Amino acid sequence: MQTAYSPIWPAVLGRFTWHDLPFVRAWENPNASEIIGAGAASLVIIGFVITVALLTRYRRWGTLVEWVTSLDHKKIGIMYVAIALVMLSRAVVEAVLMRMQQAAAIGDPGFLSSDHFSQLFSTHGSIMVFFMAMPFLTGVINYVMPLQIGARDMAFPWANSVALSLTGGGAILMMVSLVVGRFSTGGWSGYPPYTGLAFSPDVGPDYWIWAVTLGSIGSTLGGINIACTIFKLRAPGMTYMRMPMFCWTSLCTSILMIFAMPPLTVATALLALDRYLGFHFFTNDLGGNMMNYANLFWLFGHPEVYILILPAFGIYSEVVSTFSSKELYGYVSLVLATMAIAVLSFTVWVHHFFTMGQSANINTVFGIATMTIGVPTGVKIYDWIWTMFRGEVRFSVPMLYSLAFMVTFVIGGFTGIILAIPPLDYVFHNTLFLVAHFHNMLIPGLLYGLLAGYTYWFPKAFGVRLNERWGRIAFACWVIGFYLAFMPLYVLGASGMARRTSEIFEPDFRPWLYVAGAGALVILCALASLVVQLVVSIRERDANRVFAGDPWDGRSLEWSTSSPPPEYNFAVIPHVDGRDPFYDGKRDNGHYRRHAHYDAISVPRNSVTSLSIGVAGLGAAFGLVWHMWWLAIIAVLGIVAALILRSFVRDTHRTIPAAEVAETEHRWHDALNAATPIGRDVEFTPRNQGLAETAA
Amino acid sequence: MLALAILNGCAALDHGILNAQGPVASHERHLLLLVSGILLFVWVPVVILVPLIAWHYRRSNTNDAYRPKWAFSWTLEGFIWIPPIGIVVLLAILLWPATQRDDPYTRRAGQGEPVRVQAIALNWKWVFIYPGEGVATVNQLAVPAGRPIHVSLTSGTVMQSLLLPQLAGQVYAMAGMRTRMNFAVDRPGIFRGENTQFSGEKFAQQKFPVISMTGPAYAAWLARARGTGRPLDQRAWAALSRQNTTGPQTFSAVPPKFFDHVIAATGGASHPHAGHRSAMRKAS
Amino acid sequence: MSEPSLQHAGINMGGTENRPDANAESGIFGFWIFLMSDAVIFALLFAIYGTALAATAGGPTPAREFKLDSALAETLLLLTSSLTIGLTVLAMKYDETRRAVLAWMGLTFVLGIAFLALEGHDLATMFADGAYPTRSAFLSAFFALVPLHGIHVLAGCVWMLVMAAQIGAYGFDARVRINVLRLSLFWHFLDVIWIAILSVVYLQAHLP
Repeated sequence: MQTAYSPIWPAVLGRFTWHDLPFVRAWENPNASEIIGAGAASLVIIGFVITVALLTRYRRWGTLVEWVTSLDHKKIGIMYVAIALVMLSRAVVEAVLMRMQQAAAIGDPGFLSSDHFSQLFSTHGSIMVFFMAMPFLTGVINYVMPLQIGARDMAFPWANSVALSLTGGGAILMMVSLVVGRFSTGGWSGYPPYTGLAFSPDVGPDYWIWAVTLGSIGSTLGGINIACTIFKLRAPGMTYMRMPMFCWTSLCTSILMIFAMPPLTVATALLALDRYLGFHFFTNDLGGNMMNYANLFWLFGHPEVYILILPAFGIYSEVVSTFSSKELYGYVSLVLATMAIAVLSFTVWVHHFFTMGQSANINTVFGIATMTIGVPTGVKIYDWIWTMFRGEVRFSVPMLYSLAFMVTFVIGGFTGIILAIPPLDYVFHNTLFLVAHFHNMLIPGLLYGLLAGYTYWFPKAFGVRLNERWGRIAFACWVIGFYLAFMPLYVLGASGMARRTSEIFEPDFRPWLYVAGAGALVILCALASLVVQLVVSIRERDANRVFAGDPWDGRSLEWSTSSPPPEYNFAVIPHVDGRDPFYDGKRDNGHYRRHAHYDAISVPRNSVTSLSIGVAGLGAAFGLVWHMWWLAIIAVLGIVAALILRSFVRDTHRTIPAAEVAETEHRWHDALNAATPIGRDVEFTPRNQGLAETAA
Repeated sequence: MLALAILNGCAALDHGILNAQGPVASHERHLLLLVSGILLFVWVPVVILVPLIAWHYRRSNTNDAYRPKWAFSWTLEGFIWIPPIGIVVLLAILLWPATQRDDPYTRRAGQGEPVRVQAIALNWKWVFIYPGEGVATVNQLAVPAGRPIHVSLTSGTVMQSLLLPQLAGQVYAMAGMRTRMNFAVDRPGIFRGENTQFSGEKFAQQKFPVISMTGPAYAAWLARARGTGRPLDQRAWAALSRQNTTGPQTFSAVPPKFFDHVIAATGGASHPHAGHRSAMRKAS
Repeated sequence: MSEPSLQHAGINMGGTENRPDANAESGIFGFWIFLMSDAVIFALLFAIYGTALAATAGGPTPAREFKLDSALAETLLLLTSSLTIGLTVLAMKYDETRRAVLAWMGLTFVLGIAFLALEGHDLATMFADGAYPTRSAFLSAFFALVPLHGIHVLAGCVWMLVMAAQIGAYGFDARVRINVLRLSLFWHFLDVIWIAILSVVYLQAHLP
């Protein structure tokens, strides 16, 4: 311990010592585990330095500020997805490290210390749920939903930006934990008393608590915003039963966020009270009861599963319908099924701890409730199948993801029903069978969906189609990698191998661990392919532009704008008279109409206060983790000040003059006139300029 | 090579529920196979229909019907809602009695006089007290084959979970609380027991053998245990309470009500769920 | 999108004139949703409190610590302040003079501060009596629930100061009106929570 002799340093630096830097630890104890830790920290620092250097070299600081202070839902959506992709890369690499460790550590300590391994599974889970999946789906909803309902922005653009900056603050805190100190070893669910002060006095659980708290507050705000936007800002004629399916799933997800994020906030806040002020909610002594934590956490945790999966279901609905050139089959059934899933998701949380000793009657009720969710989910799968029926299916990358999802997800549903039956859960709970199950739900049910959405809407957001070939390679790697990496875990779980095990003592597990390790490497290739795809697509951008806006013969309103859409989305708010307004509209030749006169449009101005709330939130979190009380106090006061300052701002909107709107619209209409309408057979070629052939 | 790999793979499954060695696990395995059979009716149609329909209605196949506006049929609605509901109802009818019968607290397994065992989870080891016999063990659970084993669980540290993969599934052990798990072993042999709830650094090593013996062998083992002359006293307990691992140990004597004292010491005195007849469960 | 006649009663903020502000509808609706989310937080803390009632760990018990007389006084103060915040909104709608609005809001502020002072005194008495949050799970749960409501009241008081400043600076522009409406919703919400606290915490402690 480096002790500072003057009392000033502890007051300033809190409980930070030099040993909290992974470089110092690696220097003093240069084993593989510490060197990997130091390497990861270096990557974070190098990434930061390179970013700063590039921004300076190309004089792009202004652009960055323009983006991070923007209240435009489209920019916010893109920034959410950017956060998600960065965090996805980190969490996939962590997953590969863990698989390699387990393959290496059969009757051997392996190359990672047990403590490092525990940090890896904790960060992997926390990142994937809170800083990959949540930002990804929030970003896609943010970008697409207002366009689909014919709105010019979200209901609360400023709160939208606050939510983004808080989520971003949480993600940065996760990255900081790589460089300063250590992360929690208590898993993504952070069960006390293990994460309590008595058993984990270090900074790890505090990093977890505050990163997750920033994320959960951001998500609550995001959920309120999404729900309010859908309820109040739909274009004229866009009745609830004419909304695109993605909007329905966004609505259900946002309602779940509103009601399911507070339990998480309460769980982390009470755990923080235990750790910081010595309360006794979840401690082993003086009446604390960790069962309360389990209930609170899963009261959030189970709806969270559907927060994650429902938007992907919406994406699949859009993709399957578009790439089958056919109306969505069973729209009403899908709406009912989505709502049913959302409601039922609040009634099943006890299935996460059937083994906690409650009575058989309670387990029975929650077991049956859990299986019930299988019904609406099954209905959805069949709705997509019957959408393809009598359609003209095009095997684009998003469609391939959808097909792989349907086949793979059913296996996850299969094992999900098994886990829903309490006597079988007694056997499989906490084993790799469970790990295989939830990855089997979340990789096809969430990641494939978001990747499908990313590929599908990328040309909308950037005006450029993604490279098709690398998209297919990435797809193949994701699917093959998934099966190789997770099917063996079912076998290992059925053989009684516990999850979160850094060392294996049973030689019979070896072949399965090797296969799973190989699968992890294929998944790493999938990630690399996505990066290559992005780079190649940027290089070939000029050949693949779709400025006219409709590369896939789309059905809903987002395709009726240019790609990328203008800041104000719609020069004239559309009137909606059906479920596929754009698809039908362009066939009636009514949609690409040049107006003689355009009105001025008011859009939200950029704001610094929303960004400062995220920065202050990050500062407060960091101060609390390290017991730098001065920093925490200043930052919290900063948040209050920013809120008050913002309420005094009157100049919140700026007006785009009618002439500028007209010019933008005319430029687009000129491009539309110049573009050649294409048939679906050439949609993956440079001939696709974003104008669909509509003659039969 | 491939055959060898598959053979090795099956060897892994021998350590789990498919190689059940007790009445409880046999029931669970039976249920697993039955449920899996029923679920094939969910899985098979999707796996066949998705590729079939996607391929048949591919764009390049111009021979089939194209009905872009067809989006609803009452017959199909019935077809997609009713069978899943039927399957879930069927599973629910199975689940209810199975859950009652397999309640870890009350399930019946084995013949004869039950052996009472009190399990205490520590970092990173398991302590088993035999209150009827007055002996205790660490990291080994010796049981007579065929007789009912009634385990009470608590934790002297963080929450843990006692899993006996081939024998009984698992139940949590929580400080200040008492949970229960009944099981029995069919025949003499050595089976694995483990903690499955992550509990810190040496969690991976927290495994122990369940040693099932014939009645006479068990009696002989008890006599040997009583004869070791090593009581579970304050010093021994202090050593066990440290965060470390240990090999199997045997103690010849245990202070009376030791298990209850551990529950009280970890908060049980102020805990509503601590007692024998807990507020939450009316355990038999 | 919807007919003006279906609007929230408070949204026609220009007195009798039927001129709904474009942002008012979603602005107020969004705040309702926020309050529902906040209500979930309180509901969970009530649930935690319920499970912790017996977990006194041999320490102070509810019956010993909770005084009904001061709870009654606090209730009266808060209920009265709910009336005065309602009158603030009515004054904003029909009177439109700064003085009337500021007077009613000032009275609400004073009542809020009086409530906080009384509650602070209660908590200080409990501390002096050895009933502090680190003593037992029961007291932890109490000190998470009731002071959280207090913090909300404090936030409401700060909000009133901010609104007073804005009324001074901008008069009754659309944003001021929406925010005063939200403030009144917030304040009523705190009243509802307090009634639940009164019943679950204070009255339950003295059930025969």
